[in-house]
Amino acid sequence: MTPSATDADCRRVLRIPLSAEDHRIARLAAAAIGLSLIDAAIPTPLPGVKPGLANIVTLIVLARCGWRAAAWVTGLRVLAGSLLLGQFLAPGFFLSATGALFSLLALGAARHLPGRWFGPVSLSVIAAFAHMAGQILLARAWLIPHDGVFLLAPLFACAALFFGTVNGLVAARFLSTPLAAEAAAAEPAHV
Amino acid sequence: MACGCCCVTGSCPMPPSEPAATAAPSLGQRWQEWRHLLRPGDWLTLGLGAVLCAGLFPLAWQGGAAEKAVVRSGGQVFAEVDLKQRRTLEVPGPLGRTVIAVEPGRARVAADPGPRQYCVRQGWLARPGEIAICAPNHVSLQIAGRTSAYDSLSY
Repeated sequence: MTPSATDADCRRVLRIPLSAEDHRIARLAAAAIGLSLIDAAIPTPLPGVKPGLANIVTLIVLARCGWRAAAWVTGLRVLAGSLLLGQFLAPGFFLSATGALFSLLALGAARHLPGRWFGPVSLSVIAAFAHMAGQILLARAWLIPHDGVFLLAPLFACAALFFGTVNGLVAARFLSTPLAAEAAAAEPAHV
Repeated sequence: MACGCCCVTGSCPMPPSEPAATAAPSLGQRWQEWRHLLRPGDWLTLGLGAVLCAGLFPLAWQGGAAEKAVVRSGGQVFAEVDLKQRRTLEVPGPLGRTVIAVEPGRARVAADPGPRQYCVRQGWLARPGEIAICAPNHVSLQIAGRTSAYDSLSY
């Protein structure tokens, strides 16, 4: 065992090459995780009703980097957020994972809507409704196997409409201030 | 964290990057700003969302409107009456005849030979699952909807 041998051992540590894309996704996921922690800290009158602030990040990533990146950011957010909140593999984790899955699928379909007519607010509201539908279906199928769950559906729907609109407006606001590079290149004539 | 606090009170100089912000924008201006973020289709989406919300309330909360009255005598179903039109129904029992009155959307026991008249005093029944039982005469009247939300409702 010479010092040089241990050095060689150390150098054999597997090094995963990280692309700029990875860094960007990690940064955005970190922002989403922060927002979901804030989300969890906000008291709500009804369990299951949350503002879903992290979806603002999802919407921005979807618009700027595409659906794949949005799926990555959302998946990481659900996973790491649940770990930080101590909910990993608890019912709440599966609920948010199902909601995230449904809303990502809905976003994947809805982003093909003509962008001239449908902006981030539409995407946000559609995603919020899909999120709610996924959660309520999972709750009905697994957690509370009784049709009584659907009694809450109208309240959840109202919450989805309201918070979906608010989050969509915030995302639209962020997206309406173009990045410095984009502003120069993409929209020179737009006032 | 301390930065920005003074700006709220307006005691600090305006940041140089915003020369146009002479005063706080009026409420109307703010509204305009936010409204520009909504594209025409977004209004459509919001409208559809609102319709969906409004539609879910009756769908989920009515448990099926009261549709029919089930009259039982001695444990057997004596009649199932649609709650669409006005009619009365006489049900024979060991003590005599119990009279059931049906109106659009509701039904009641109008008369009963029983001694305490509990089922008569219960009045109109209009929600699915509600039931009036005239035990002495072995007659019961229950409201049923498309789907039964409860096994029974009692007060």
